[in-house]
Amino acid sequence: MKVTFPHMGTIDSLLSDLFTRLEIDFLVPPKTSTKTISLGARYAPEFACFPLKVNIGNLIEGLDLGADTVAMVGGLGPCRFGFYAEVQNRVLRDIGYDFEMIVLEPPAIGMKIFLERCRRLAPKKSLWQIFQAVRIGWKKAVAVDEVEKRVLQTRAFERKKGDTTRAHRRALKVLSEAVTAEEIRSAREEALAIIDSVERREQDSLRVGIVGEFYILLEPFVNFGIEEYLGNEGIYLERSVYLTDWLNPGGKKPVFGTTREKIHHAAEPYLAHFVGGEGQDTIGHIVEWAREGFDGIIHFLPFTCMPEIIAKSIFPKIDRELDIPILSLVIDEQTGRAGVITRLEAFIDLMRNKRKKRLVAS
Amino acid sequence: MEGYLGVDVGSVSTNLVIMDEKDDLLAYVYRRTMGQPIVAVQEGLKELEEKLPASVEVRGAGTTGSARYLSGVIAGADIVKNEITAHAVAASHVVPDAQTVLEIGGQDSKLIIIREGVVVDFAMNTVCAAGTGSFLDHQAARLGIPIEEFGSYALKSKSAAQIAGRCTVFAESDMIHKQQIGYRLEDIIYGLCQALVRNYLNNLAKGKEILSPVVFQGGVAANLGIRRAFGEALESEIVVPEYYHVMGAIGAALLAKEAVEGRTAPSNFKGFSAAEIKYETSSFHCKGCSNNCEIVKIEVGGRVLARWGGRCGKWEVEQVEEAVAGPI
Repeated sequence: MKVTFPHMGTIDSLLSDLFTRLEIDFLVPPKTSTKTISLGARYAPEFACFPLKVNIGNLIEGLDLGADTVAMVGGLGPCRFGFYAEVQNRVLRDIGYDFEMIVLEPPAIGMKIFLERCRRLAPKKSLWQIFQAVRIGWKKAVAVDEVEKRVLQTRAFERKKGDTTRAHRRALKVLSEAVTAEEIRSAREEALAIIDSVERREQDSLRVGIVGEFYILLEPFVNFGIEEYLGNEGIYLERSVYLTDWLNPGGKKPVFGTTREKIHHAAEPYLAHFVGGEGQDTIGHIVEWAREGFDGIIHFLPFTCMPEIIAKSIFPKIDRELDIPILSLVIDEQTGRAGVITRLEAFIDLMRNKRKKRLVAS
Repeated sequence: MEGYLGVDVGSVSTNLVIMDEKDDLLAYVYRRTMGQPIVAVQEGLKELEEKLPASVEVRGAGTTGSARYLSGVIAGADIVKNEITAHAVAASHVVPDAQTVLEIGGQDSKLIIIREGVVVDFAMNTVCAAGTGSFLDHQAARLGIPIEEFGSYALKSKSAAQIAGRCTVFAESDMIHKQQIGYRLEDIIYGLCQALVRNYLNNLAKGKEILSPVVFQGGVAANLGIRRAFGEALESEIVVPEYYHVMGAIGAALLAKEAVEGRTAPSNFKGFSAAEIKYETSSFHCKGCSNNCEIVKIEVGGRVLARWGGRCGKWEVEQVEEAVAGPI
C-alpha cells in the first residue's frame, strides 16, 4: 500500500509526520503547480468549486507516480468540500485509475470513527497506538500553525526583504525534525524564537484581516501568495483560520485566537445562524477586527462558493455600520494574477488614504 | 516652466499628458496601443514633445494602466500606480466634490466610490468585458457606422429596442434579430447602450451607493448614447470632464508631482529622447519547476533592464522595482 493525498497548505507536513509514526508507506504528490490545476480543471465538473479541481490534479499526479491508495479528509455540514472525497473517487475511477479511497472524517464527527478510518491505513497498529500518534502529531501541527501566524505578524516589520520567509523555512525545518512530545515542545520554542529574531524596523503598518473559504486561504499557490505579497508591502496580517483550526473546529484554543463561540457571537447582529462552510465565521471575524480598529479586510472565495457568497451579501451593511473596507476576491482557474494585484494595490491605497485622513481629522 | 508627465498604457489606448505646476493640462497625446506598448510609449513621447513649448522641464513622471510597470521602465517613472487610484485622483482633481466615478475603457470598466475626497470602495469588472470600448467598436464596425457617430444615432431614438446585454455574443445575435425584423437603427443602438449600462450596473454597482456628482470618464465617455443611458438609469446628471479620455494619465501626472515633492534627487524620467532607445524584449519558459512560468525580459544593449512574469519572484530584477516604485 502506498498512500497519497491532496495538498492544502502545510497538510503535507502533518500527514507525512503522522504516516511516518504509523509506519504507513506514503507518497507526497508534487507541489501544486499550473500543471496540477490544468489536470484538475480538465477532469473535474466545470461548476464544482476550485478546491475540488486542484485536489483532483494533486491526486492524479500522486497516482501517476505510483500511489495505490488515496487519503482524503471528509467534512461536516453543508459545504461541498465534505463530499469531495466521494466525487474524487468517482471522477478518478471514470478516468481509469484503480485505487483504494480512505476518507478521514474529522475527529469532530466522532473520535472512534476517525481512529478506525486511520486504522484502515495502518492495520497492524492498535487503536491506542494510533491515538497516541495522532495526539503527538497534532501538537506538532499546532506548532506549525503558530509559527505561520507569527510569520504573518512579523513580515511587515522586517528590515531586510525576505528575512521572515527565510526564518520561516528554518523554523519549519526545526519542527519537522522533532519526534517526541518533549522534542516538539522545545522545537516549538526554538521555531518561534527564530521568527522573533528577524531584525525589525519600526513602522506604522496597516493592519489587515484575511477571511474567507479555508482552502483558498490555506493554500498559497492558489491565492497567489497574497500573504507574502501583503507582508512585503508592510502590512500586519491576521488570518481567520489555520490548518488545525479547520481540522478541529471544536478546538478550545484555536490558533487564530479567541474562540469560535466568540466569533459566532460577534456575527450575530448580521448573521445569527450557520450557513455552511465558514460563512458565519467570516462575518464574525470581520466584526471583531472592525471593532479592534483594523484598516481593512481581504475576503477570498472560490467561484461558486455558496457560504461565502451569503457572507459577501452582508458586507455592504457591515461596512456602512462599522466603517471597515472589504475587498472580495473570487478565485478559480481563470483568475489572473495581474487582476488580483491591481485590485490589491488599489485597496492598499484606499486603506492608506483613509488612515491618513483619520490622522488629519484627529 | 515645470511639467509633470503622466503615462497611461491600456489594452486599447496609450495616453500621455504633461501637467504644469499649477496642475493644468499643457498637452496630451491619445493614441492606439495596437498591442505594442513600448512603441506606443516611445511614439507618444515624441508626439508629446512636439506639442510642448521648449521651456518645459519634466520634474516628475508617473505611469499607470495595465502596462504600468513596463511603461515605467521605458519612460523612467518616479511612481507606478494602479489605474483605480489614478482615475480617482484625476476625477477628484477635475470635479473636487465627485462622489462616484464611472470609468469605461477598452477592455475593462471600473466603478469608484469617493467620499470627502477619499476612495472608500471600488469595483472592477471580473468575469465579462461586455459593454467596454472594444465591443462598441466591433458593433459600430458591423453596422457600418464610424464609432465617433455611434452615440449620436442613439440620441435620435424615441423608443429603444430591448437588447439582451448580459453577454456580448448574445447581445450581438439579439441585435441582428432586431435588425432582421425591421427595428430602426437608432432604436437598436440606443437599446444596446441601455443594455450595456444595465450590465455595468449589475456587475459593478450592486450594494454600492451611487451619489452625485457622478463623473463619467474613459474612452467610452465619448459615446453620447451611453451617457444618456447612464443619466436615465441613475436618474442623475452625468459629468464628463473635458479630457475624459486621458484621465488615467492626468492622475498619474498628479501622483508624480506628489511623489517628487520635496525630493532633491532628480526625476527618473529618461527624457523625450527615450523614444530613440532601442529596447529588446524576449521571453523564455523557466524550467525551475512544473509551473513553467513565462518570463519576459527587457534589455538595452545587452543590459537587462527588467524581468518579470514568474510566480516565485526569482527572476524579478530588484533594482528596477526600487527605481520605479519611489516613495509612497
